[in-house]
Amino acid sequence: MFIQQIKKSLAIFAFLTLAITGAFAQSSEVNLGMVLEPPHLDPTAGAAAAIDEIVYANIFEGLTRIDENGAVLSSLASSWDISNDNLNYTFYLRDNVTFHDGTKFDAKDVVFSFERAMADDSVNAQKGIFAVIEEVRAIDAKTLAIQLKRPAGDFLFNIGRGDAIIVSRNNFENNKTHPIGTGPFKFISWNKGSRVVLEAYENYTGEPVSLKKAVFTFISDPNTAIAAMLAGDIDGFPIFPAPEAMDVFANDNRFNVIIGTTEGETILATNNKRAPFDNLLVRQAIAHTIDRKAIIDGAMFGYGTPIGSHFAPHNPYYVDKVNTYPLDLEKAKVLLAEAGYPEGFKATLKLPPPSYARRGGQIIASQLRQVGIELELINIEWAQWLEEVFSKKDYDLSIVSHVEPFDIGIYANPDYYFQFDNEDFRAIMSQLGNTTDDGGRRALSYYAQDFLARHAVNGYLFQLAKTGVYNADLQGMWANAPIEGNDLSQMKWTK
Amino acid sequence: MAGFLFRRVFGFALTLFIAALAIFLLLDILPGDPARFILGINASPESVNALREQMGLNLPIWQRFFSWIGGVMVGDFGISHSQATPVLELIKERLVVSFPLAIFAMIISIMLGLPIGIFAARRRGKISDSLFMTLAQIGVAIPSFWFGMLLVLLFSVKLGWLPTGGFISWQDDFFAGLKSLILPSFALALPQAAILARVMRTALVDVSSADYIRTAQAKGLTKGQAILRHGVQNAMLPVLTILGLQFAFLIAGTIIIENVFYLPGLGKLIFTAISERDLILVRGALIVLIMAVTFTMLITDLLYALIDPRLRSRTRQ
Repeated sequence: MFIQQIKKSLAIFAFLTLAITGAFAQSSEVNLGMVLEPPHLDPTAGAAAAIDEIVYANIFEGLTRIDENGAVLSSLASSWDISNDNLNYTFYLRDNVTFHDGTKFDAKDVVFSFERAMADDSVNAQKGIFAVIEEVRAIDAKTLAIQLKRPAGDFLFNIGRGDAIIVSRNNFENNKTHPIGTGPFKFISWNKGSRVVLEAYENYTGEPVSLKKAVFTFISDPNTAIAAMLAGDIDGFPIFPAPEAMDVFANDNRFNVIIGTTEGETILATNNKRAPFDNLLVRQAIAHTIDRKAIIDGAMFGYGTPIGSHFAPHNPYYVDKVNTYPLDLEKAKVLLAEAGYPEGFKATLKLPPPSYARRGGQIIASQLRQVGIELELINIEWAQWLEEVFSKKDYDLSIVSHVEPFDIGIYANPDYYFQFDNEDFRAIMSQLGNTTDDGGRRALSYYAQDFLARHAVNGYLFQLAKTGVYNADLQGMWANAPIEGNDLSQMKWTK
Repeated sequence: MAGFLFRRVFGFALTLFIAALAIFLLLDILPGDPARFILGINASPESVNALREQMGLNLPIWQRFFSWIGGVMVGDFGISHSQATPVLELIKERLVVSFPLAIFAMIISIMLGLPIGIFAARRRGKISDSLFMTLAQIGVAIPSFWFGMLLVLLFSVKLGWLPTGGFISWQDDFFAGLKSLILPSFALALPQAAILARVMRTALVDVSSADYIRTAQAKGLTKGQAILRHGVQNAMLPVLTILGLQFAFLIAGTIIIENVFYLPGLGKLIFTAISERDLILVRGALIVLIMAVTFTMLITDLLYALIDPRLRSRTRQ
């Protein structure tokens, strides 16, 4: 931590002392920076976001795809019909689609891909999204029928996610190291530890793309990332690792800073089964003490949107619950006294590596100290977090961003690490799962958000922002990240 | 000489064994279950346990240690959990970056450090001596990653001569690969060159008042000639010790430098493997590093004996 701070101040000093100039070369090639390298490149066999950030919509396509605002678009399925009971879907597949190995794509590949994801030995990280499927059947080479067990309002969205992409039934074993898909870009090479190279697929029959080549370079050090952008070695960082550096780029007309939203609800995760957090009064007191703006300004340099429940503000069903327990220290002290802690208490706060957690933790600790809650900050790595906090539930408080889209359902699982065990909430969620009409889903979503806010299950802090930095001449990037991915298909150089 | 050799080689083997044991134990008590890390937060306890069983994590610790060390001795380092590739293959892939990097840095630090040390010693007390030694003092104090960033800002961002980092593989473009190692090797080498210069200067200053230098001068050599012909060889002894140690520092330094310059080297591999709890990969990579360092020490010891005949004769008695 200390060394990082020294590094940071030295870096800032360096930028102040050296004036910056640079030249850019333009072409049909783009070089994007990523902080993390994926463990492999098969999105149907891993949860790592970095996999989808390279392959989604570029190498692999699904029946549908998601656009930057979370809307469902056609992809391998050019159109579809839905029966009146919302149980039977008929998909009409795009013409003349081939895999990158030259073989033809047809409905049997879809059947194979879905059955593989649903199988008992499936290693799909989001196996749950296939649970509603009763049967997948190829009617002919270009027509596909899917029957559901029950109506599912989010089905078309879910099959547009990276975990539901279609693989070749004849050539799928090597997707981890040499992915073969139907997308506009084909895999060329992967220098481990360094970069992945894609090139435009010459036989692609969907919307034509402008780029000929795309390189994803892995740069984990934020200071190096700044230098690589300034030198023009990297054309863009879809998620720039250092929000504190955004001003450097925002004030420089060679760069385009794009701030959007993600699906990451950042929360003060609370162990609802451990005293004193099993007491609603204590959780309410904490909610009254948290100053979201101070946390967003201090930890994220102003990038982030306050949230009052476990729901993304850009979601059409979002309702603002930020003021359920407004900032009120006196009220918090009264609530703590009522709960039997007039002098406050001591607790631990376990912090995983991301800066939202480490920096946010310090700010929250100082805020809670105002009402007598003394937090001991414990820095841990992700592997430790998974073991201690997530698996063993050995924690009081933690700070984590939950990045799955529409993941409010985790509160219906009493064994989930928040340990929120509430019969009423489980009923709301099961009702939501069976509702497909828009009005009904909206009303239930509103109710669920309000429920979680009132029960102050966790401290709801802010929605993680997507802080992208690009060369000013590059266009067609996603501002938001409704799902993980860096869709290259619309990207192009204007000069 | 044979006894000397035997003792050194035995010490080498013993060091390796103790180091291997330490690595194994330390990594074993590290919190964080590798199986849970691989399967993520949605996996069931049953499948996590099945994977633990598959990975052999449920066996007793001594059994795991001996099966690992037994494998290492015959060149079988096991299979990386996270990348599903043999560990040795991954290490080899990365060594082609890290090893040249450390060697280049070594060469640069010798080519800069020694001449500056000799120069400063000959100008002892003059302004140029103080100037170089002040620079060396600063060089010692500057951490290599910070110096690396300064180099990047000047040569990549401002002048645009060299890439900010990354690595083009040797097969793809040999000269581009070479080019991408220039800045990192300099960043790694400069602090070491500064140390070397100071050691060289001190050693030379020490020997320059020795009797044999005065004798050489009496026989008609100038002071400078005497130092170059007789002094430097004697001054090499402490310098060589430092060089041996420095190689270890260089190898350790690559971990930080490779992150700053996003080079796909061994250091980066270890860094990622630790955070992903790919223990078998961490162990394999660390043991290779330790072998490299202890082997360098061994070579240094043997060179020592070559330069200093007294060492050889002493062991003969």
